[in-house]
Amino acid sequence: MTVRVQEADFDVGAELEALTAGNKRIGGLTVFVGLVREMHVREGLHRERIDALTLEHYPGMTEKALLDIEAEARQRWPLEATLIVHRYGRLEAGERIVLVAVGSPHREAAFGACEFLVDWLKTKAPFWKLEETPAGDKWVAAHEGDDAAAQRWETKAG
Amino acid sequence: MRIRYFAWMKRTVGAADEEVALPENVKTVGDLVAFLRARSPGHAEALAEGAAFGAAVDQRTATFDVPIAGAREVAFFPPFTGG
Repeated sequence: MTVRVQEADFDVGAELEALTAGNKRIGGLTVFVGLVREMHVREGLHRERIDALTLEHYPGMTEKALLDIEAEARQRWPLEATLIVHRYGRLEAGERIVLVAVGSPHREAAFGACEFLVDWLKTKAPFWKLEETPAGDKWVAAHEGDDAAAQRWETKAG
Repeated sequence: MRIRYFAWMKRTVGAADEEVALPENVKTVGDLVAFLRARSPGHAEALAEGAAFGAAVDQRTATFDVPIAGAREVAFFPPFTGG
């Protein structure tokens, strides 16, 4: 029911506390926390480490897209609580980038919906990663595996 | 109409956004792409046929056949890489 796009970090414990407060119908809560992974690129003979990236997004459309994805999850599973928090701006390796949490009476729905939300937000929400490489900034190309992961939920819908 | 560009398309076009007055015959996202290509070599490169980019009309993802009449803004962007 809640979608937030923010530059600041989030406190996972406090977010989950707030999400479930007062709702005793929740029997299972699944949580996904995405972190900025340390990456390596080849520069000639050297392997160089990428320590940071900058996330650009489309203010306005991002929130709409996340709300649409959330509404879709609620149509597919019986959910009591949902939360998506996505950060933007400059993030260093190891930092939290996204939080997805789903509460449902039963664990099957909570697991399924959480995975669905993560898969769809990667391909349907307008975010772009710009990596800081030794040779300069470089836009990250879309990952085919992400498209395939999102696609399998389309099949299930039909 | 306000046209917006994101990520690398901003750099290729040379602007994050621009106001354009559209001729009558520009009715869909596809028509708009063809119209914008003629504005500069940067536009032509960013919006080239076969280039991987998507569009949104008033902040909703849109395919090339979507009409743009009455829209306030149309955006063009590379495939999303969030999460």
